Amino acid sequence: MLNAGIPMEAFLVVSTLMFFAGVYGFLTRRNLITILMSVELILNSVNINFLVFNRFLFPDKLQGHFFSLFIIAIAAAEAAVAIAIIINIYRHFNTINVENVDKMKY
Amino acid sequence: MEITVHQIMFALFSAIILVFSVLTVTTRRILRAATFLLLVLVSTAGLYFMLNYQFMAGVQLTLYAGGIVVLIIFSILLTSHISQKFEAVGWRKAYFSALASIAGAILCITTILQHKFQATTEAAKEIDMKLIGNSLLGTGRDGYVLPFEVISVLLLAAMIGAIVVAKRKKTKE
Repeated sequence: MLNAGIPMEAFLVVSTLMFFAGVYGFLTRRNLITILMSVELILNSVNINFLVFNRFLFPDKLQGHFFSLFIIAIAAAEAAVAIAIIINIYRHFNTINVENVDKMKY
Repeated sequence: MEITVHQIMFALFSAIILVFSVLTVTTRRILRAATFLLLVLVSTAGLYFMLNYQFMAGVQLTLYAGGIVVLIIFSILLTSHISQKFEAVGWRKAYFSALASIAGAILCITTILQHKFQATTEAAKEIDMKLIGNSLLGTGRDGYVLPFEVISVLLLAAMIGAIVVAKRKKTKE
């Protein structure tokens, strides 16, 4: 038996709860870096979903595997650009709270 | 019913993931949030090991836990004081956000538990490095050479963009 008797739904429930923890953080946080961390949580739960569907429903194919591989690469690029922007914002406004950053032009 | 080692490991990993992902979004110290995020990502790699995706688990550990979290911690150290605490979230915002998240979670979980998933009857494929490499650079039916090339261009663009955005402008005087 593949996966030693752990049902697929258990993995999906875990990733769903992780996703909505990320949604909660995205809605309540004000600091840009913590918002970025919430987005990472959401992306990570999506990755778990892709791999679980790949392993349990289509174990003869590799689509989910490569999709989550590419998601991780895109997440790395996104984090690099976002942190560059955050550091630039900090230089101009001396804060990274989203509420105090209200000018596009400086 | 007998409890296997796999089930104990799964329970451990999912407990770590649940507890620390909630702590990541609720703690008021930013460096602790980053540490909790690191724990979540590492136990996600554990889940990938349990699914027999060793390569994905390795990528998760090196790229996510090693790369992105280090990047986040560096930017935390550059932009905020370590001892600084966030002000508490207003109860109204916290209440409605929690309501939305819990409602969404309940909706999704009931849908998942009611749906009957149908697995294929095909034999499982053994995933080794040779297969992954051949698929990533393959041009045939199961080849991923086009997204591979596109993502290398994307990574180059992101790298140049990050350098340009974060570069300090030269001052005149």
